Amino acid sequence: MQVTGSQFTATAAIVGNDLSTFPDFPAEIRAPAGTLYGVSGFQINFSSHDVFTPGDAPDVLVAMNPAALKTNLKDLRAGGLLIINTGAFNGQNLKKAGYEASPLEDGSLSSYRLLPIDVTKNTLAAVEGSGLSTKEAGRCKNFWTLGLMYWIYGRPLEPTLRWIDDKFKKRPDIAKANVQALKAGHAYGETIELAHERYEVPPAPVQKGEYCNISGNTATAWGFIAATELGDIDLVLGSYPITPASDVLHELSRHKQFPITTVQAEDEIAAVCAAIGASYAGSLGITSTSGPGLALKMEAIGLAVSVELPLVVLDVQRAGPSTGMPTKTEQADLLQAVYGRNSEAPVCVLAASTPGDCFYMAIEACRIAVKYMTPVILLTDGYLANGAEPWKIPSIDSLPRFPVKFRTEPDGFHPFFRDPTTLARNWAVPGTPGLTHRIGGIEKHHDSGHISYDPKNHEKMCRTRAAKIAGIASDIPEQKIAVGEDHGKLLVLGWGSTYGAIHEAVHRCRSRGLDVSHAHLNYINPMPKNLGDLLRRFDRVLVPELNLGQLVQLIRSQYLVPAQSLPKIQGQPFRIDELEEKIRQAMES
Amino acid sequence: MSQSVPPQLTKKDFETDQDVRWCPGCGDYSILANVQKLMPELGIARENIVWVSGIGCSSRFPYYMNTYGFHTIHGRAPAFATGIKVANPDLSVWLATGDGDGLSIGGNQLMHCLRRNVDVKILLFNNRIYGLTKGQYSPTSEIGKVTKSTPFGSADYPIDPCGFALGAGASFVSRTVDVQAKEFLAVLRRAAVHKGGTFTEIYQNCNVFNDDAFVSFTDKSTKEDRQIFVEHGKPLLFGADRKKGLRVDPRTLALEVVTIGENGVTEQDVLVHDEKNATIATMLARMPFPRFPVAMGVLYAEERPSYERTVTAQHERAKERFGKGSLEKLLHSGETWTV
Repeated sequence: MQVTGSQFTATAAIVGNDLSTFPDFPAEIRAPAGTLYGVSGFQINFSSHDVFTPGDAPDVLVAMNPAALKTNLKDLRAGGLLIINTGAFNGQNLKKAGYEASPLEDGSLSSYRLLPIDVTKNTLAAVEGSGLSTKEAGRCKNFWTLGLMYWIYGRPLEPTLRWIDDKFKKRPDIAKANVQALKAGHAYGETIELAHERYEVPPAPVQKGEYCNISGNTATAWGFIAATELGDIDLVLGSYPITPASDVLHELSRHKQFPITTVQAEDEIAAVCAAIGASYAGSLGITSTSGPGLALKMEAIGLAVSVELPLVVLDVQRAGPSTGMPTKTEQADLLQAVYGRNSEAPVCVLAASTPGDCFYMAIEACRIAVKYMTPVILLTDGYLANGAEPWKIPSIDSLPRFPVKFRTEPDGFHPFFRDPTTLARNWAVPGTPGLTHRIGGIEKHHDSGHISYDPKNHEKMCRTRAAKIAGIASDIPEQKIAVGEDHGKLLVLGWGSTYGAIHEAVHRCRSRGLDVSHAHLNYINPMPKNLGDLLRRFDRVLVPELNLGQLVQLIRSQYLVPAQSLPKIQGQPFRIDELEEKIRQAMES
Repeated sequence: MSQSVPPQLTKKDFETDQDVRWCPGCGDYSILANVQKLMPELGIARENIVWVSGIGCSSRFPYYMNTYGFHTIHGRAPAFATGIKVANPDLSVWLATGDGDGLSIGGNQLMHCLRRNVDVKILLFNNRIYGLTKGQYSPTSEIGKVTKSTPFGSADYPIDPCGFALGAGASFVSRTVDVQAKEFLAVLRRAAVHKGGTFTEIYQNCNVFNDDAFVSFTDKSTKEDRQIFVEHGKPLLFGADRKKGLRVDPRTLALEVVTIGENGVTEQDVLVHDEKNATIATMLARMPFPRFPVAMGVLYAEERPSYERTVTAQHERAKERFGKGSLEKLLHSGETWTV
């Protein structure tokens, strides 16, 4: 199902639609087919105008079995087109999904435009003679359905045909059957009287340029790769596979012609430690993980704070606590990222707001890490990681350059000698003559780097490390307003992956005459210098986030403004209509 | 690393200006002195040597070595060392750990560093006690050990560090004693030139919390009879008059102690040490004391490609195949379209 979805996405992008996707799948690798918990879904919103979210209520739902129908029907808008594979609506599957009677027969689907098709049977007929087993042949039904959808939406088959050829290079029999199924589905749409259902979605008017379709995890990995060139530095990624972050490890491991080494470590702790070791030796160490992994890495991140080495930690957040719901999205690691270490151990925390933005924030994380000799935690989440959007490929000249400088001059050297502006210590790497020195997690004297238990020195060092992070505020963009005026009745302040939903909801409220603006934070620690002033120019501040209210705590405590929380914690992104309603309520109350 | 021939260094060049803070009489002093003595022999410039450590008494070691040094967190030094080696394979990386740091909290990191054959020279100071936390039993303490945390005796069986290293697939495993300078230097010289990761267990006396833990086989009067110093290609003989030897009992496939001249045993019957034979090494490592002597020296050594060299080679091959990475090419590599 995920393959079908991503093929439809790629084709929509190629014909120039703006789009946003929401893959929603179970954590189990091959969850039992037909069960409610085994339903794998893929939602796409594509349009001839700008799209910011995967959409609240789809116009078309394809249900391949009763469980899929039961799980997703509530989302389909009334009057929407409902395509059902009747071949899978047998007694056993109905029972697994908890239906007492077939919904095809009891009239419960009467508010939708129902299109029942025996996809299974049609697919088997289409691939007859392919030599595939019945089981293998049955698997072609997703391509049959994709062919039908291509007909309905007037999409070209070629991109998917090319993909099938490439993907099944080693199994030409399967490739051929999938091609037959795709074409048969397409022909089916043409043959039966489906013409009245045809949708035409013209290209969206977008900025001129070259585009590709990109997911958050790929964009993040590409941002790290870009950093090697922009910072003129080698990268070492230490990582332990974890959902939904593993694709960053996969993507970086593919590109060994770049100065990027990937170490699949034995555990989350070793992954971050190897990254810090690499930073010590003069590469930029990166580690990628999700919430439970971040918890395991915290002691080592504290060491990087103490020895002041650059480190980038990517946390692709997922629903917790503990194992939680690994494939579902959430934003509840914010306070863990900001505060989750022993003692006073401040780090820089950034958040990406769209799949494409992951690219720029990954570069920014690397820039800050090496310039300030500090760990930077970059927060994305499952929704950004797996969701895709068309992305305007940037020109490399437009990206920031930050060439790294190592200390080589022995005169006046000590390991904690600082740049007076950034407060970053000098980076002296093994192999450099005349600079041999020892560093470690024990408190060190501010002026020599030697071990020190002096009480006043400890306070000085704690304050210096804090001032260094706070000072990054002078090196980041001022907070901008994404939608609306920079003052007024209500500011909706978001962070991370909620950008699209908030953006669209605020737009809609404004078009109904409400005095509301949207601002979106990319910099969580430190926050932009002007944020306090900005917040105070609004009567009220509303903070929607996919947790029980974490950013709102930081906002209240740092700026003493009575910000109001709008939490959601269901493993699902915000819907535009629910935000719209809450915004209206907030303005009325 | 390209550099001119380093000037002839001395032991003094490897001493730092830091006060050494181990307890007076600690075995760590002898280890430090002997390592500082060994370093100049290696012909490696000081700036190309890195000492890494975790937490514990042994892990203070880097502060006292005038090289690059990184005192990290508890148990994880092998992971840091792995990162250092992949970032710069030309550095000579040494690691000081202990029985707690390496085998208790850091067992996993040690195992995987050895398994990967990362070219790191690991020295595990085994004093069979927790020193820095003031005297609790460790994973190498004998069962029944009475300490502050086990007033009724410890209930768990100890692990043998060399057996662990062999089980993990280390490419070099050796054992020595803090105060036996000659053997200590012989073993570490071998480790230094071994291409790949090395593991050396050093019996180290903690005179405060576990004094005389090894005296039953290190005392001058009994040492010859209770230790066997193994050397590749030489018969496994020991004893003051070198009349005792080890041979394999063909009925049990286990080692047995024999005496030359008794029961018709001649020197030909004694097993010849083969350091490339992991089975012999494992049997030697795990001989129960005092029924058997304690095996010292290089128990196992077989070179194979190290982790960081294999990783580097992959980069080279990728560059040959795809050309040097181009960001421009990467960003335009997928399905793209122009508006």
